[in-house]
Amino acid sequence: MKQIVVISGKGGTGKTIIAAAFAALAKNKVMADCDVDAADLHLLLHPKIVEHHEFKSGKIAVIDEDKCIICGKCLAYCRFSAVVAFKNDDGSLKKIGIDPIACEGCAFRSFICPAEAIRMKENTSGEWFISETRFGPMVHAKLGIAEENSGKLVTLVRQKAKELAEKQNCHWVIIDGAPGIGCPVIASLSGVDFALVVTEPTLSGLHDADRVIKVARHFGVLVKLVINKYDLNIDMTEKIERYCRDNNIPLMGKIGFDESVVKAMVEGKTIIEYPDGKTKEETKKIWDSLLSI
Amino acid sequence: MVISVASGKGGTGKTTVAVNLALSLKNIQFLDCDVEEPNAHLFLKPTIQEKKPAFIPIPEIEEEKCNYCGRCAEVCAYNAIAVLPSSNNKKGEISKKGKILIFPHLCHGCGACSYLCPQKAIREVDREIGTIEIGNSGSIQFIHGSVNIGEALSPPLIRRVKEYINPTKTVIIDVPPGTSCPVVASVRESDYCILVTEPTPFGLNDLILAVEVLRKLNIPFGVIINRADLGNKKTDSYCLKENIPILMRIPFKKEIASAYSKGIPMVEVFPEYKKGFKDLFRNIEDKIKREEDRVGQ
Repeated sequence: MKQIVVISGKGGTGKTIIAAAFAALAKNKVMADCDVDAADLHLLLHPKIVEHHEFKSGKIAVIDEDKCIICGKCLAYCRFSAVVAFKNDDGSLKKIGIDPIACEGCAFRSFICPAEAIRMKENTSGEWFISETRFGPMVHAKLGIAEENSGKLVTLVRQKAKELAEKQNCHWVIIDGAPGIGCPVIASLSGVDFALVVTEPTLSGLHDADRVIKVARHFGVLVKLVINKYDLNIDMTEKIERYCRDNNIPLMGKIGFDESVVKAMVEGKTIIEYPDGKTKEETKKIWDSLLSI
Repeated sequence: MVISVASGKGGTGKTTVAVNLALSLKNIQFLDCDVEEPNAHLFLKPTIQEKKPAFIPIPEIEEEKCNYCGRCAEVCAYNAIAVLPSSNNKKGEISKKGKILIFPHLCHGCGACSYLCPQKAIREVDREIGTIEIGNSGSIQFIHGSVNIGEALSPPLIRRVKEYINPTKTVIIDVPPGTSCPVVASVRESDYCILVTEPTPFGLNDLILAVEVLRKLNIPFGVIINRADLGNKKTDSYCLKENIPILMRIPFKKEIASAYSKGIPMVEVFPEYKKGFKDLFRNIEDKIKREEDRVGQ
């Protein structure tokens, strides 16, 4: 069984379009959407939810107002500006509150509160699902609004997808990754067979692909690259091809700009299911070359 | 006044809007808070005057003071410290010294371990998480952060970048994509947020998530529809239904895409857009003022 992740550094280069196309092309696979804070793969695969679970992670501080003596010690020690002071007109402290969005759950204040008025409450910060799609099983998740710990939720989605793939003797786990190079991306890279970086022929596309490739290599992950919308700037495409040669990155293929990509998306279809897009053939070729590795 | 430019979905045109808005106005400070993948410098081409490392505090153990009691590991909410206690022989003498393991990448720098150590055996040392660069692009003051490769936590660096906010200027913040902690750290304390979207199912899905974030944070916002002639009309009807102002529409033009690909701001190719961005700014100023009047009453 092989695990591959589709990432890009820069957002909007076509990760999800390509991951969804692979869902239609690959035989015997489990799909995993690891862009847990702005997931889009479900809009093309239309999962029917079979299992639904809460994701509990981290804690947040809660003040027991009856016990609080309003001494203000917690105000001085919180480094995340999560303690809010309400003041009287003369400037003295009236009440202490907690900003649950700013709180990073460090529990420091609960240990130093002289009145033992602060306790840590378990936080439900999202949900995750096992679903069925027309292309087979899919594991996906939704991080709560403005929540933390997206890396842990990604790790959980990956673990469930892998278990499912092993149980059903699947050949592939195909992971749709998040943009950026931070914790959700790092979590989606660990232990994969390779990362497929999707970029576009723009200065920012190359700049951001270079950063995410460095992150992948930092963690010892093999990298391959695809140039999407390559015909929007042929000079830049050539520059990216040179970059691949100079850095020993296999270029798996190029996909042209094609308005049928948006049309397929509007209809909720993968590009493979959409008639007469040139993208379809180019993506098929990329998948075939990935198969032959 | 602080205006942040965010989106939910990546690649919808945040940096394009932020950069071109900055180039159309006067007395601007530009902060690129997309510290994982900063791009604004590719368009503004700032002259950098100062480059500074950014740190978070992490614990360092003074082994000679430590008695391996395990309190630090117990109070750490992020599992960044593990303590193997000393083992004793039958006479109660230490037969094997304990050991402390610190995992710097898990540490959030809250300071609980050093404060609560009964032996005062922990001091805090700086760990570099990225760099901040300060410079200018014409009359625009430019600041951006860039996290080091392999670094998982970007909010501490985003907070460092925001420490440079100059309240006497119009501050424009380029926000990372998504809806989780880096976005929250970037948009907090903004007076207004511009959400840039594209009229596609992905764009709309992620716009709705971004709207929920801003409502939770109580920040007023409006929408710019980029590549407005692609996709479908559902973004329009969503905004209408939710009473969200559509501030501007930018059509899909190959010339804009081509300039973008080379790092050329669109107002350089289509100077007529400067007026559009100026009007956009005045419109936002009015909205903020009306909001202040409403709250003040």
